[in-house]
Order: sequence, then structure tokens, then C-alpha cells
Amino acid sequence: MRRAGLLGAAALFLIVAALVSALVDKIPFVHLPTSLSAVDQAVLFQIRLPRIVIGALVGGLLAVAGAGYQGVFRNPLVDSGMLGSSAGAGLGATIAIVYLGGAGPSAVPVAAFAGSLAGVAIASLAGAAGSARGPVSSGTATLLLAGVAVGLFLTAVQTFILERSTQVLQQVYGWLLGSLSGASWQQVTSILPYAAVSTAVVLLHGRHLDVLAVGDEEASALGMRPAMVRGIVVAACSLAAASAVAVSGLIGFVGIIVPHVARRLAGPGYRGVLPLSLLLGAGFLVLADTLARTVLAPAELPIGVVTALVGAPAFIWVLKGTRSVGV
Amino acid sequence: MVLTVRELTVTLDRTPVLSGVTCAAAAGGWLSLIGPNGAGKSTMIRAAAGLVPYQGTILLDGTDVRSLRVRDRARLMAYVPQEPVLPPDMTVEEYVLLGRTPHLGYLGSPGRRDRARTAAALERLDVARFAARRLARMSGGERQRVVLARALAAEPRVLLLDEPTSMLDVGHQQQVLELVDGLRRDGGLTVLSTLHDLTAAGQYADELVLLHEGRVAAAGPAATVLTTSLIEAVYAARVMVSPGPDGRPAVVPVRRPG
Repeated sequence: MRRAGLLGAAALFLIVAALVSALVDKIPFVHLPTSLSAVDQAVLFQIRLPRIVIGALVGGLLAVAGAGYQGVFRNPLVDSGMLGSSAGAGLGATIAIVYLGGAGPSAVPVAAFAGSLAGVAIASLAGAAGSARGPVSSGTATLLLAGVAVGLFLTAVQTFILERSTQVLQQVYGWLLGSLSGASWQQVTSILPYAAVSTAVVLLHGRHLDVLAVGDEEASALGMRPAMVRGIVVAACSLAAASAVAVSGLIGFVGIIVPHVARRLAGPGYRGVLPLSLLLGAGFLVLADTLARTVLAPAELPIGVVTALVGAPAFIWVLKGTRSVGV
Repeated sequence: MVLTVRELTVTLDRTPVLSGVTCAAAAGGWLSLIGPNGAGKSTMIRAAAGLVPYQGTILLDGTDVRSLRVRDRARLMAYVPQEPVLPPDMTVEEYVLLGRTPHLGYLGSPGRRDRARTAAALERLDVARFAARRLARMSGGERQRVVLARALAAEPRVLLLDEPTSMLDVGHQQQVLELVDGLRRDGGLTVLSTLHDLTAAGQYADELVLLHEGRVAAAGPAATVLTTSLIEAVYAARVMVSPGPDGRPAVVPVRRPG
């Protein structure tokens, strides 16, 4: 009952965020200079609406992926960008910009998507190789460490490429900081299938993540297969994160702070945390994007900067009131 | 259910931990493993729970547990580790509900029956009034009862208890042991446990197996296993064994004179 109420409130938050974002210059006393003097239907439906939908999708995906990873690794500090996901996407986008500069507007998203998934795949293989001979329980730590190592390696490759092609530095940098300015209905339709499948799979595993909270050994004794569940959830979360990164670039903090807030509101059970993270993440990113494009209008702030600028102080404020979380 | 262990051999990291252990717990009986640290007691419980690879056979009413599906085995045998992981922010009720996991399909979620069994287990272990409390706020004795409630919620036929009293004071130890004894008497549960307190093991289990370096050093009722010579030899300890008030042996450590 309480969970239903929370989810309802979170859905309302998302709707309000979307309305504010769509009608920001129609609100009394808010007058923003805009290059489009007549805010007609075309602006609303072809520019703002897809951008709001992309913002909601990206925020929801990053938050739900972060929550899923945190459940799998029993660690509230794991982010959707870990396990080589962000680094892989960054390298993919860099290669696309540097070497395939004129290959059409979809080259960068596709390369980021592929790079993100490849990064996770490499980290998972390295982690599996590392923990194959170890005891069951060390599997998660090994996988995380492998993710960190693979991430550092991919970032180093990216830096090397960038260092040799400084003329595109700004373009790559702009992508790395994240932006929703390229949002279009075409982008929406291209990520929607991946977003829907990955989110559905993660949401269906809330109960399994609750069982995993008592550790692999006890989960096994309860008749679950921890390694299999972990594999499925990591794959789904990685797909969710890759879909988000493909259209938005790297946006930090959403994957950590939103699940944390959801946990504070709904308690630690993942059957509440996952759907709540999805809705809160969507609403949060729509609001963050509204700030990103209005604060310095007509110039835009990178949305990654906004989430970090808003997110970091908010996170510290939330942490202040948090009981120590057993990791 | 009769739990039979035949020629159980476990090797971890190329070190033999158990070698050819054979023993059996009668239906509704309580078999307790005793022995010094590192004798292989916990490993044997974990092997029975399917958590470590082993050679030999473990049978439930004559059925090899290896032939059971993971979930079916988990329905029959509930495992309580020595140090259970208790997520601090989880409520007592949510935690006990996890015990229903083996009864749920892969995408199933707990239904009314599962909630009813959970409520019954909370009631049986006298923790129903803590249902909404976070695990972090429970005392040691309460936690042990909550963990037992989780095991009971699965409606198992066999309880595998690894040192169920190691963190408890003497009063709470007694409470938990009486509870387990009551469960097997009322519900016909078969109990396989490890217990480090020899006197308590002798009082509550109908049969003891004394493990020493992975082998059975002695097995049988308390009176035949808890003898001064066996304990002194296996534990390298100085003890005095005398008949307690109920006729069962009481083991008292003796300080070196001087």
C-alpha cells in the first residue's frame, strides 16, 4: 500500500517535471529569450517533447541500472557506469568522432552503445577468469575490480587517441559531459526497444536481488542460483546503461543518487527500490535538463555538469542523514 | 526424514577437510557434530546444504540429494549458517519472508499462503511483535530466533544448524536449544547441528558424532562419546566429565594445577 503510494507520488513528480520542462517559458514571470519567437506546436512536438521523452528515458534507465548493479554487488556505491560501461562508451564515441567524423548522425550513438556493451563484456570475462578458481563469495569483488581495471585501460586508450587528434577535442569533450540537445523522435524509437526489454528484465528480478542481499551462500541454500541471477541482471543493466549513454553521453550521479533516495523512501526491498528509481530518475533528469537549457539560455550547460552540480551537494545532504550502510 | 551420510569426503583447496565420514540422523532425531576447531563440522553442514562439492552420498529418506533440483532440496532442508548475513535495514518480516524463496517460481512473487507461513513462523518463534522492526535493531538472542523463523518459514523437513548458539549467553543458548528441541518434537523435524558446547550437545542431541581431523573419532549417545579420555585426546584439553542432574554427562574444563 505504502509502496503504491510512493510510486504514485513519483509518477506525479515525473509528470510535473515534464510539464514544467515543456512549458517553462509559459509560466508567469518566467521569460526566457528564445531564438524561436513563436512557440508553436512544431517546437513543442518536434523539439521539446522528444527531448523530454529522451530525458525521462535516459534518467530512468541510468537510475534503474544503478539500482540493479547495486543489488547485484550488494554495494550502494556501484554506479551504472561501472564495469567498463562508461569507459567503453567513451572510447566508442571517441573513435567514431575521430575516425568516422562524417559517417552520419547515428555513428556516435551506435559506437557508444557498442563500446559500452563491449566494455562490460570484457570486464565480465576478465572477472570470470579471475574468480573461476576462487571461492564463490569473492566473485562480486573480483568482477568489480576487473571492471575498474578494464575502465582504466579503455580510458587510457581513449586519452591516447585524443592526444593525437586535438582538433576534435571539444566535440569529444562535449559528448563526454552529456547532452540531450540532439534528442529526436528517431532517437526515441531507436532506443525504446532496448530500454523496454532491459527495464522489464531488471524490474522482474527485484525479489531475486532481495534474496541476494543475504549473500551468495545463503541464497544458494534458499534454492536460488546467484551466479545466473547476477549474469542476467548485469546483462540487463548494461543494456539499459548502454541505451542511455548512446543518446545522452556520459551523465554521472543519477545511477547512485536516485536509487539512494529511493531506498530512503521505500526501504531496502528491491521490489520497491527498482520501480521507484525508474520514476524518480526520469523526473530528476527531465528537471536537470530543463535547468541545463534555461540557466544560461540561449547557451546550454552540459547536463552532466548540472547533475553533478545539483547531485553532489544533494547527495552529501542525503548522506548526512543516513545511517551507516553495511556494505 | 532420515538423513544419511555415507563416505563423505570433502577436499577444499587440495586440502582434505572430511575423509570418509558416515553417520545418520533418524527421522525427528537430533544429530550433533562436535569436535575441535577445524575438525570439519561446519564443512559437513555446508556439504549437506549443497554448498560445497563432495564425494560420497547424502541421502534423504533414501533419495540421493544430488538427484534433487536445487529448489526442491532447499524446500526439504533449511540451512542456518554460523554467522548469517542480516541486511541491517531489512525488516524482520521481509527477512523471514525470504525463507519462502524455494516455494516461489522464478518470476513468482510471495502470495497469501507465503505471508501466512511467514506469520506462523514469526509467531512460533515469538518474534511476531518485531515484524516491522529493522534487523539492525534486534539483539543477539532475538536475531537468532529471527534466523530460525526464516528457516522454519520454508516448512523444511530437515534443519541444518551451524553453531546456532555461538553468539548467545547461557540463558539465550538454552532458549534456542529448547526451541529447536520443541520444533523437532512437534513438527518431526530432523536436526543436524554443530555445537561447540559439549555439555549442551550431550543434553539436547540424541546422538553425537565426534569429528577429529576430518574423520569420525567416536559416534553414539552422549554417554559413550563424552568421556574424559576421548575429549582429552581429541581436544588436547584437561576436562572432568561427571553425570549431570539429568544423568547426561557434564563436561567441565579443569585448570592446570600450580
